[in-house]
Parts: sequence; structure tokens; C-alpha cells
Amino acid sequence: MLEIKNLHVKLEDEDKQILKGVNLTVEAGKVHAIMGPNGSGKSTLSYVLSGRDGYEVTDGEATLDGADLLDLEPEERAAAGLFLAFQYPVEIPGVGNLTFLRTAVNAQRKARGEEELSSADFLKVVRERAKTLKIDADMLKRPVNVGFSGGEKKRNEILQMAMLEPKMCILDETDSGLDVDAMKLVSEGVNALRSEGRSFLVITHYQRLLDHIKPDVVHIMANGRIIKTGGPELALEVENNGYADLLAEVE
Amino acid sequence: MAALDRPELDVKEGVDQDTVDAVAKLSGKYKYGWETEIEMEYAPKGVNPDIVRLISEKNEEPEWMTEWRLAAFERWETMTEPKWAMVNYPEIDFQDQYYYARPKSMVEKPKSLDDVDPKLLETYKKLGIPLKEQMILAGVEGAEDYKEGERKVAVDAVFDSVSVGTTFKKELEKAGVIFCSISEAIKNHPELVKKYLGSVVPVSDNYYATLNSAVFSDGSFVYIPPNTRCPMELSTYFRINAENTGQFERTLIIADKGSYVSYLEGCTAPQRDTAQLHAAVVEIIVEEDAEVKYSTVQNWFPGDENGKGGIYNFVTKRADCRGDRSKVMWTQVETGSAVTWKYPSCILRGNDSQGEFYSIAIANNYQQADTGTKMIHLGKNTKSRIVSKGISAGKAQNTYRGLVSMHPKAKNSRNYTQCDSLLIGSQCGAHTVPYIEVKNNSSRVEHEATTSKVDDDQLFYCRQRGMDEEEAVALVVNGFCKEVLQALPMEFAMEAQQLVAISLEGSVG
Repeated sequence: MLEIKNLHVKLEDEDKQILKGVNLTVEAGKVHAIMGPNGSGKSTLSYVLSGRDGYEVTDGEATLDGADLLDLEPEERAAAGLFLAFQYPVEIPGVGNLTFLRTAVNAQRKARGEEELSSADFLKVVRERAKTLKIDADMLKRPVNVGFSGGEKKRNEILQMAMLEPKMCILDETDSGLDVDAMKLVSEGVNALRSEGRSFLVITHYQRLLDHIKPDVVHIMANGRIIKTGGPELALEVENNGYADLLAEVE
Repeated sequence: MAALDRPELDVKEGVDQDTVDAVAKLSGKYKYGWETEIEMEYAPKGVNPDIVRLISEKNEEPEWMTEWRLAAFERWETMTEPKWAMVNYPEIDFQDQYYYARPKSMVEKPKSLDDVDPKLLETYKKLGIPLKEQMILAGVEGAEDYKEGERKVAVDAVFDSVSVGTTFKKELEKAGVIFCSISEAIKNHPELVKKYLGSVVPVSDNYYATLNSAVFSDGSFVYIPPNTRCPMELSTYFRINAENTGQFERTLIIADKGSYVSYLEGCTAPQRDTAQLHAAVVEIIVEEDAEVKYSTVQNWFPGDENGKGGIYNFVTKRADCRGDRSKVMWTQVETGSAVTWKYPSCILRGNDSQGEFYSIAIANNYQQADTGTKMIHLGKNTKSRIVSKGISAGKAQNTYRGLVSMHPKAKNSRNYTQCDSLLIGSQCGAHTVPYIEVKNNSSRVEHEATTSKVDDDQLFYCRQRGMDEEEAVALVVNGFCKEVLQALPMEFAMEAQQLVAISLEGSVG
């Protein structure tokens, strides 16, 4: 599914190398978690994969089902099946959540040469998926993320994910700013989307999210590289001992 | 929940999918940039008393009208062009313009569709006017009885200087509504025209209005009798076609006691290298308990991406809320014109009268817009509300200029002004120039202003969800304009959303 080879990335405006040779393969249907201390390059990885401005790839490659991601515009990557659940979902005043969702869904369908969803079909699907995430009609009508609580924003991200049905989902610190109940809701939403053809890359600081979304593989990232890969037990190790031991091991 | 069952409500939330499609189809060029090759009859270039007389004669006007025009011309010659607006343009040679042009085929009425200059019909078709209206506009006799879909918008079209026809006339007559060209009104309803013409915008009001008074060639006239709700929306399409021709329309709308009308105005012009002049005057009289909604989608050619050509739009629009509890609502979407100079205003004379002004002004490339409103509170308990959304992109300059004036007798009056500017890119400018005068101590004036930029994070967010950059900009900007788009009648709201998107194409990246 997702293959990252020797990825080197620096900031566009600054001579600062952030990623220093990331290698990662996420197989179809698997959930991989990336953990790591602040500034290790986790969020940068998610931004570079999704095509945000401000970064320069100096070496390496990233492919999604064989397609060269780094060559594509952000919207082309989205249409190819890449989804990023933002750490800080962006507010768009005046644009209703439903309108936003429908524009996005149909833009992707069009890009893939599929027929657009009719209003009726779209509404039916949205309501059904919103319900499981406890998103009510009012929240669907409100402007995108404007005045949403932290939990509402993250649930809204998962709703978008559910509607866009991506192949490869990246969750960038989706647990940040969530209370226990909200984390449960969001995790249930994610778990409901797990399927054979869909992979996840879950970026998080903490083990607790991984109690709800059980990963198949856990990577530890530090200083722009993946320094250790293991099973779910690796996350527990970090939870108990912190990153210091792991970092020392590498150096 | 009920609201969600009706997908058409989506329109009010921002961009609709259909809009986005339509925009995609239009591929980024000015949609109305074609020119119709039609044999035209011109008056000689330039303006002088003889030309004024000629225009009057061509319209078969009575003597009093000719005199009125000549007096205006005399006045105009003593005036100088105003320079206070924040717009720059090369000096206009007022003698290098044609002041009268009309399609030759309109000299005699065609008997059937076959006799109509097919190019004229083609023009209407491109403007999206349905066939029945096309026939009527082309002046085909008996076209009123032609059956087509039940689209209830009466249309008057002004092609260059001449009103070429009005639809649904009979149906409107039944309701007692008069909707015709102003030249017909001068002939058939002189008592109304005499009473109201120039009563809101006096002949001497300003340079362009005075010139208009002298040389206006046609325009629309509306009279709604007392206690009548106009049975359909009224609409005028203005089209400048001929080259080097100034267009000077005159619109007069009278809403008698207790009446209601919603009036729409659309404007387009061909794409040309040379700038063209448009100086219109709109006067609205609102009597006791009457209400007028006036919506404009102004899409004159804005000039090309290097600032060449385009329409110079110097327009005076004013509503006089004469009667108690009268109400007027201006909604404008200004996307076109190279230079816009326009301040639709409300004189709130009657007690408890209300004025509202909703505006979207978009300036891209080298466009310059200086627009806003004047709310003149004269009566007691009068209320006004101003919502202005200015969007600047490219190298454009966009100025909101507004006056709120509370006179001594306007006790307990209120105004609320909200003035938001949105910048796209780093080479454009937004300016807000509010003038506030309060001459009594029981009135309240509130002014809120914001300036923001289309945020890279917003665009990236939209694109990560699959929208391309232009869709993303259109979505964000339409969201920014939402309150104003909501004030437009549904059909216009759709058109306006498309226009917002088209006008901003190429403004990012």
C-alpha cells in the first residue's frame, strides 16, 4: 500500500533537515503507529506525504499502490486515496459542513471518473455515518470547524474520513485535546472503518490511543528517522520507560 | 432535520456542487466577452445640444422631456469630473464616445421570429434568456401567447442604448403593474414620469448623473400600484455591445403605498481593448408601507489580466423611503468593470423606514472598485444595516466608502455596519473609509470592520480533501460572502456564486 524509501526532507525556507532517511512500508489492511518525542519529524512526515507547501524533498520516494505520491498535487493524492486527519482541523467560516463534505466527495469522485452522488444519496450516507460518530444535524449545518470543541473537531475529521473512504488514512495526533469519552468515540469511528483494503498510519505521543486503536506494528521515530520497529508491546515499553532508553540504544 | 431533506437549501451554505461544475466548464475566461455583429444605427460621436435633441427625437419624446435634457446638459457643461474616489484611470474624452446606438432591425417591429436578426436572438440565448423571452425581446408580435415553461420572471433587455422589449407585459398589466422601457413610459405615462423623474437623484446631483440626465437613451420603468404585490420578479438585462459607445440607462421604480416588488438587474459587455463608459442612474421611490428589493449582479467586462480595456462604471443609485414604514433593500454583487464608482444609497425620510445594503465587491487583476453606500436617516426610528464584503486579488484596489448620517430629527434611529475585507495574494489592497455623522443623542451607530487573508491552511485543508485550488478558493470566498449571497433571490444567488469563482480564477498560485 504505502511505501516510503529513504525519505529526506528539509524546510523550504531554511537549511534545516527534518527527515533524514525514513523507510516505512504499510501493508494493505494494517494499522501502523508512529510514536516519538516532540520534534522527531512525525507531523512533517504526514504533511510531506499529503503535499503541504513549505517542505523540500531532497532524496527518497513515497508511493501509494505504486503511484509516486511526491509528484502529485495534494488533491490528486487525496483522489488516489490518501487522507490526513489533521492535528489542528482548519476553520472555514461561512461554509456549511455539509456543503464542504459534498464538494469534497464529489471532487474526488469526479477526479476518479466516477459519477457524482446525488443530493439525496449523499444526505442518506452522511446521516448514517454522522450518527455513529454522534454528530447531530446541527453540527452538520454549522460552518466547518467554526466554534467546534476539540472533540467535535476530531469527530468531524473522522466523519470526513468515513465519507471519503480513503485507502490510506494518516491520523496526526488525533488524540490530542480529547477527553476519555471523546477518544473512545473517535477510536470507535476509526475501528469501524478498518477493513482489508484500508491501512492506517496513527501518529501519537501516547500509548493510550493505541489501547483503543490496536496497531499491528509500532515504529519509534526520533531525529528524523525510524529507530525501532516492533509489535504493540513496543508502545507499552515507551509508556513505561519513556524514550530515553530507546534513544540511548541508538546512539 | 426537516431542512436537510431539501438539498436546494445547500445553496445557502456556500458553494453548491453545480456551481463548481459550471465554473469548471467556463474555463476561466470572461463568459460574456463575445460581440454581436449587428448593423447599428449611430448618432455622430460626441455630445452637444444637437445630440441631446437627436436622442430625444429618436425616442419620440414630448417637448418637456427635451427641455429637461437640455437643461441637464447646460448644467453638465459647468461641472467637473469628481476626483475624490480612490480610483485611477486615464482621462475620459467625453467627445470621443457615441451617445446613441441601436440595432437597425429595431426600427421596424418584426412580424415573426424569422424576421428577427438571428444575431440578436443569439445574443439573448448566450445571456441565458429563455426562448419565449427571446421572442418577446426581439419584438415578435404575438409572442406573449407562446407557451413554454412556467418561468415567472419578467425581463426587459437594454441592448446598447435601446430597450428591445419587455416580457410578461399583459400579465403584469392585469395586476396593474407597469413594467416597460422608460422611453415608453415617457410617452404613455407622462404624469408619473414628470412627477418622479429626477426627484430622488436631482439633475444637478453629480457629474455622471447630470450627464446621464442629458443623454440617457433608455432604461426600465416600474410602477407598482397601491397595496399590490408584484406577481413576479422583474428583471432587466443591460448589454453594451457596440464599440466606443457609452451606455446611459435610466431606471425609475415607484412602489406606491403598501406595495412590494423584487427587481433584478444583470449587466454584461463584450471583451474589448478600449475602455467603455457606463453611467447609469437608478431612482427608487418607496411610499408608505411599501417595500422594494433591488438586486444587481454586475458583470461588465473587467479588462484583461494586464488591465487593458474594461468598463468604467460610474453609477448613481438611490432610493427614497418617503413613506412611513417603507423599506428598501439593495443587494449588489460587483465582479466586473475596470473601474467601479458606485454607492447605492437610502434616504430614510419616513418614520420607521428601513434601509439595507448588502454588497460583495470583487476586484482582481488591475480592477479598481470604490463602492459603498449612504444611509441618510431623516425620520424617527429609522433603521439601516450595511453588510459589505470586499475581496481583492491580483493587483486590484478595493475601497469601501460609506456614509451613515443621523439627522437631528432622526430620533431613536439605528445603524449597524459590518465591513469585511478579504485579501488574496500580497499585491492587492483593501481600504475602508466610513463617514459617520450623528446629530441627535438618541441614535445609535455601530461599525465593525475586519480584514483577513485567504489562509494557506484553509486552502491546503480543502485540497487534502480533494478540491483543486480554484474550487478551494471559490469555497472559502463564497463562505466569506455568505451573508450577502443569502440576501439574493435564489436564481441570482447561483449565478453570483459562479461569478465569485470565475472572477477569482488565476488569483492564487
